Amino acid sequence: MGAWITRHLQTLVGALGRLAQHKLATLLTTLVIGIALALPACLHLVIVNAQIATGNWNRAVDMSVYLKIPTSVDELRRVAERLRQRRDVADVEVLTADDALKEFRRDSGFGPAIDALTSNPLPHSLVLHPKAEYATAAHMEELARDIRELPSVEIVQLDTAWVNRLQAILEAVRRAVILTAAFLAIGVMAIVGNTIRLDIQNRRAEIEVTKLVGGSDAFVRRPFLYSGVWYGIGGALIAWILTAIVVGALRDPISRIAGLYGSGFRIAGLGVDPTLILLGSGVVLGWLGSYIAANRHLRQIEPS
Amino acid sequence: MIRFDHVFKRYPNGREALSDLSVELGSGEIAFLTGHSGAGKSSLLKLIALIERPSRGQLIVNGQNVGAVPRSKIPAYRRQIGVVFQDHKLLHDRTIFDNVALPLIIAGVGTKEIGRRVRASLDQVGLLGRELSRPLELSTGEQQRVGIARAVVSKPPILIADEPTGNLDPDLSLEVMSIFRRFNEVGVTVLIASHDLYLLEQFPVRRIRLEGGRIVESAAGTERFLDPASLMERH
Repeated sequence: MGAWITRHLQTLVGALGRLAQHKLATLLTTLVIGIALALPACLHLVIVNAQIATGNWNRAVDMSVYLKIPTSVDELRRVAERLRQRRDVADVEVLTADDALKEFRRDSGFGPAIDALTSNPLPHSLVLHPKAEYATAAHMEELARDIRELPSVEIVQLDTAWVNRLQAILEAVRRAVILTAAFLAIGVMAIVGNTIRLDIQNRRAEIEVTKLVGGSDAFVRRPFLYSGVWYGIGGALIAWILTAIVVGALRDPISRIAGLYGSGFRIAGLGVDPTLILLGSGVVLGWLGSYIAANRHLRQIEPS
Repeated sequence: MIRFDHVFKRYPNGREALSDLSVELGSGEIAFLTGHSGAGKSSLLKLIALIERPSRGQLIVNGQNVGAVPRSKIPAYRRQIGVVFQDHKLLHDRTIFDNVALPLIIAGVGTKEIGRRVRASLDQVGLLGRELSRPLELSTGEQQRVGIARAVVSKPPILIADEPTGNLDPDLSLEVMSIFRRFNEVGVTVLIASHDLYLLEQFPVRRIRLEGGRIVESAAGTERFLDPASLMERH
């Protein structure tokens, strides 16, 4: 077992050494793989950041309930308590008309104009957060219908249309990412496979000798598989660096744009899990590409 | 040990290299395979090394029917046969040590054991101390000896050589032959394809002469080996 592991480690390191002997060719191949892997990684970041920027979906389907004018604060609290009893409601925030006016004065920039008002034109309101499992468009419509029937309720505002639209857009983008990733994965395998094919042709004599002294297909294939794995690892590292460069370049401009909309949003980079997935994808694609090429071409080389 | 029983070998281009060939080489025997170019010597060796399969007939090597060895078992079969080539077939980007160690690495032998056996093999062919050299740093004769060391390092019971002295001068040819002789003395079956008349004269062992893919002579050796040193002196 020890000898087996030693042999594999030697082959692994030997494969890396062989790639290092052809630095430019290796760099170019790895760069192409890196760019191919970076594209889906960047598209993944677009989706992740779009989700962060638009808040989580539960908040996106919050419901605003405006009571009739005049309604007492006690009635407001009774309605809030009644809604809290529902099984599909997670929480209810209470916003009195006075608090709403203060908030409006603070955030709108119309302070002097508001001060000129002789009475508060705003109603009491409630912000209702549904439980996650009930936060579907259909259920929210049903909930809104129930609330509208309460005598003190004037308006129930439920704008799920934009959520649905955004969800649809992001779903389309997500599918595009998956398709792009699939096509590029095939591309990566083709790049690795072709590189390994050329390597096999260049080492034809060595392969013949190895087979002649009893080397099995698996033995002959092994260094090529490790070469493929190294290409994959190298490509994944380059993809990670490219993605980091893109994130770094866009972070400040996007933060500035977000700041203009009063948001503290900052673009997120690849976390630990996506980084590991990227690395794993590189390894698997490199291995698979080299395996297919090696299997196909090594069988054609026999001692003569 | 090696038995050809009415073996035919016809290549896809229609050329019949071996025709109704029947011959037996006993365990521990040494023999020359002679004949003109195209007589079928290389084809016969290729069948033994399972580079080619018989078109017809039966070839038994070490009790195995060569024609029936499945593709997946060919590597294991080849590990029982040491092969020496006229052009050495060494890997020029590797050291002498790595070249000789290759069959042992393939067989999964441990690192320490590989070191011990490679040095022993190189010692047998007089190249101990040259482990770290590259093949192109050696003379042709030394390269041939490396090829022999690689062929015998895994202690195969059979050693076949295709024109092993073809590129060597007479002195080096005798030297290489003396190495084969030493392996034969410890029980290795040795079959050497050669049309080197000088060599055949100096080593009067069994000769199997081919002509047009058929055996035309299979004579037993007439005299014992002479001492290689005295042979070189005579030359």
